[in-house]
Amino acid sequence: MNGTETGYAVTLTDLSKRFGDFVAVDRLNLQVGRGEIFGFLGPNGAGKSTTIRMLCGILPPSGGSGTVAGFDIGKDAEEIKKNIGYMSQKFSLYEDLTVEENIDFYSGIYRIPAIKKRERKEWVIEMAGLREHRSSRTAILSGGWKQRLALGCAILHEPPIIFLDEPTSGVDPISRRNFWDLIYHLAGQGVTVFVTTHYMDEAEYCDRLGLIYRGELIALGTPEELKTHQMTEEIVELFCDHPQDAMGLIEELPGVRHAALFGRGLHVVVERAAAAVPAIERKLADAGYTAVQPERIIPSLEDVFVSLIEARDRQEAPQGEFSR
Amino acid sequence: MFERLTCMLKKEFIQTLRDPRMRFILFIIPAFQTVIFGYAVNTDVRQIKTAIYDLDNSTESRDIATRLSRSGYFQVTEHIRQEGRVRELLDRGEVKAVFRMNRGMGETLQAGRTASLQIILDGADSNTAGIVLNYAMNIAARYNEHLRVLQISRERGAAAAPEGVVLQSRAWYNDNLESSNYYVPAVIANIVLIITMLLSSMAVVREKEIGTMEQMIVTPISRGEFILGKTIPFVLIGFIDVAIITVVAYFWFGVPIRGSLPLLFAATGLFLMSSLGFGLFLSTISRTQQQAMMSSFMFIFPAMLLSGFAFPIENMPATVQWLTFLNPLRYYLVIIRSIFLKGVGFSILWPQMLGLFVLGAVILSFAVQRFRKTLT
Ligand SMILES: Nc1ncnc2c1ncn2[C@@H]1O[C@H](COP(=O)(O)OP(=O)(O)OP(=O)(O)O)[C@@H](O)[C@H]1O
Ligand SMILES: [Mg+2]
Repeated sequence: MNGTETGYAVTLTDLSKRFGDFVAVDRLNLQVGRGEIFGFLGPNGAGKSTTIRMLCGILPPSGGSGTVAGFDIGKDAEEIKKNIGYMSQKFSLYEDLTVEENIDFYSGIYRIPAIKKRERKEWVIEMAGLREHRSSRTAILSGGWKQRLALGCAILHEPPIIFLDEPTSGVDPISRRNFWDLIYHLAGQGVTVFVTTHYMDEAEYCDRLGLIYRGELIALGTPEELKTHQMTEEIVELFCDHPQDAMGLIEELPGVRHAALFGRGLHVVVERAAAAVPAIERKLADAGYTAVQPERIIPSLEDVFVSLIEARDRQEAPQGEFSR
Repeated sequence: MFERLTCMLKKEFIQTLRDPRMRFILFIIPAFQTVIFGYAVNTDVRQIKTAIYDLDNSTESRDIATRLSRSGYFQVTEHIRQEGRVRELLDRGEVKAVFRMNRGMGETLQAGRTASLQIILDGADSNTAGIVLNYAMNIAARYNEHLRVLQISRERGAAAAPEGVVLQSRAWYNDNLESSNYYVPAVIANIVLIITMLLSSMAVVREKEIGTMEQMIVTPISRGEFILGKTIPFVLIGFIDVAIITVVAYFWFGVPIRGSLPLLFAATGLFLMSSLGFGLFLSTISRTQQQAMMSSFMFIFPAMLLSGFAFPIENMPATVQWLTFLNPLRYYLVIIRSIFLKGVGFSILWPQMLGLFVLGAVILSFAVQRFRKTLT
């Protein structure tokens, strides 16, 4: 099978990974199209890095299969490696080498032709804003610089598919912005980007998102789709004084799943907003709150994820008790 | 074609040699160690501090005392006057041996009867004590010979004195039995083992620890290129250390180099197959650099003890002797000592070279086999 036939850059079929008895990745099924920016989200320990590592040939899968650039991850791992760039969650350049030495090392490893070498090197140095630091040891660079240099080294050989595992963790907002500009630029050139993140604003930049929780894919779609279709509950937003006290009152109401502080106000997850809005209004008015004005809003991605994960927990809780 | 390997090597050299402390450890310390070993590991027993307790004070007893001090082995530091002093001197370690000539010794000898010469030794260091005893017995035997000749010539006239058999000993390869000649070349083996094994055992696990291994795995670099890139620098460092120690041995200690240096380097190459192979193996199975270092030492110490460096293999129990055949250091030591002191060549040393090659090939291929370009 070749990638050009399926048109997908990455496919996962029942891909699984077990560490002993522990299932880190549980039968994932997923396709990522060429040129797509695919965001892979999930709480800590959900299995994001493990999935990426299997796709990059770092870890052998314990079940299922997958393809990257049309090559099977089990059989053609070495072919895959010529077609991908990978940036791991941990900074993984050589800190005792200088910026230039790191770039030279990777361009040698990827056998970039001599004529292109200079050009690519200058491109990375420009892109990462490291002109004044070309001969500094990588160890002394700040977080944002390191991140961009790592990205630069991962895409020196202009791979059609890149895997980025939390590329912007611990980086300031401006550097993150620049980083995403770059990712957009790459995607514009037809590069497929498979990226994990914990930042919801970054999730919004993705073409499509997959939410993984405890090794299972629990939601998949564009950010719009997830916000409008994925939630079975609805979100009511309200602003009031002493929101902490109000939270307790609201959660007593029937049809209210839970309430959470959100900025200066509260987000209340309810079964039906039409029924809940007047109920909340009445309850708070009785308690002496005025001008609360609850209204239904389109949920943010964060709302969606929190609600999906809680729904999943509720679903699994009885089983959990049973097995105990 | 060798582009990947070249840049792998370049990177490894930068990483290994950039740190000045590392350069010091790799190239200066071995020279120091050779000097220290050369002086410290010295089993020459000369000028043993000795006391004489002469209760007889006859011509004969004084003659024996003169013979002792003239032999060069004993340095008479004191003539004891009273009994208590014997224990005192030995207790304080001021002398290693006390010779005691009992009253009447001269008369007994003149009467043609057997007299006894007593030697009291500090036996705490059994090795030295044994050697001292040996020297003393030699001197006593010579004196006996002298007495016998005197007696015969007195009986039959001067001309009839028979010569008897005189043992003329001559130690080949190391004429003066200098222990530095024996030990200094052997330091090469120990230092090369320690340095190359420690370096290679850190090599892979360090990349695992700092996370760069993961990055290497996703590049198209092959297993062979990676392993060669990780080992060739240490081969070179091993060769450089051999050269440094050889220079120190030759110019500082005057150790002769009678054999061929190219053969020495060839044998070093064979030996490195084992030490690097084992280091690499430890590096692939260890999770942390500390673990790798500890396991290296677990190997290095027994390897040194069972190599014949300090303790002769012939004196070990038979089963342990068999075990030493699995020790690459054993073969390498024989080769080094033979090249330096005997000047023999490949026609004699080939069994040791073959032993090194076979062990090296097995260990190295096992290590390469074990090494996977994936994380577990
Ligand atoms: N080598 C391993 N051996 C055993 N368990 C592992 C191993 N690697 C990962 N795990 C476990 O698998 C689970 C998934 O880990 P993974 O690193 O994929 O999570 P993640 O989604 O990337 O989390 P994070 O957001 O914290 O990076 C975790 O519970 C982790 O402890
Ligand atoms: Mg992760």
